[in-house]
Amino acid sequence: MIQKKDSLFIAGKSYQSRLLVGTGKYKNFEETRLAIDANGAEIITVAIRRTNIGQNEGEPSLLDFVPPDRFTYLPNTAGCYSADDAVRTLRLARELLDGHTLVKLEVLGDPKTLYPNVMETLKAAEVLIKEGFDVMVYTSDDPIVAKELENIGCCAIMPLASLIGSGMGILNPWNLQIIIEHAKVPVLVDAGVGTASDAAIAMELGCEGVLMNTAIASANDPIMMASAMKKAIEAGREAYLAGRMAKKLYSASPTSPTQGMIS
Amino acid sequence: MNLKINGNIKSFDDTSMTIEGLVMQLNLLGKRIAIEKNGMIISKSEFQKITLQDGDQLEIVGAVGGG
Repeated sequence: MIQKKDSLFIAGKSYQSRLLVGTGKYKNFEETRLAIDANGAEIITVAIRRTNIGQNEGEPSLLDFVPPDRFTYLPNTAGCYSADDAVRTLRLARELLDGHTLVKLEVLGDPKTLYPNVMETLKAAEVLIKEGFDVMVYTSDDPIVAKELENIGCCAIMPLASLIGSGMGILNPWNLQIIIEHAKVPVLVDAGVGTASDAAIAMELGCEGVLMNTAIASANDPIMMASAMKKAIEAGREAYLAGRMAKKLYSASPTSPTQGMIS
Repeated sequence: MNLKINGNIKSFDDTSMTIEGLVMQLNLLGKRIAIEKNGMIISKSEFQKITLQDGDQLEIVGAVGGG
């Protein structure tokens, strides 16, 4: 059992769940909420978009199903390709959410791969931190960039496991390990997780948490996958805390006693 | 007057209107939104005070599902 005090600390606040989830790509808001209930996430990402003007007045809103007073909203800058756009989006988000400062910064560099543009990300992070935002930053798995983002003052570093929405899993555990070993702020894997074992591996590497969306929303049964992810995150965390045995090619130490064999 | 709202020109009979007046006309009163006028964010406390002018450009945004 994970001890109660094993909390995730981000920007001075503690969370019991180490799974952070996006709210996109679900069939409807009801399914979104059911998935969140099944995965136990406390921090959920939302996008900032133009409001429908005039049309569909009675249209349901995400906020009705996932109320911002029950969950920690993490407004993101998904779809932004420049530092200016990302900063503008998050300033609007802060106004929208009554001064809320915890945000996810992501600046993309290429619409085909959705690979992050780290140069623009660094620029945006600097501005946002000066303006008092608590920035959780999506980045590549480059350890030097990760360290620079931490030095600027980001409150969490979130390298990709693989490309957004790819479900390819953790492609470079070695870089993630270097980032984790050198970071003094939480490192969370963001993007690329495809199934439960990917999430468990991220946690076993020592990640403080995992942020995912498509792996749950695009599963055949999103609610069941949400539950699987919750267990994978917890299992991975416990395995990390427990400390795994050393790997060796073979062992001269049998599991059963060598004495008392019948002959 | 004409206002450009979220990229589209909209015409209003009013010659003078506050942001709050516009929010009411658009049936967005009480909805969780944020408004930018000509590139500047307008805080909710200023909705009543700020009067719109012909040609103003507005962005009205909300939170939606996303990753």
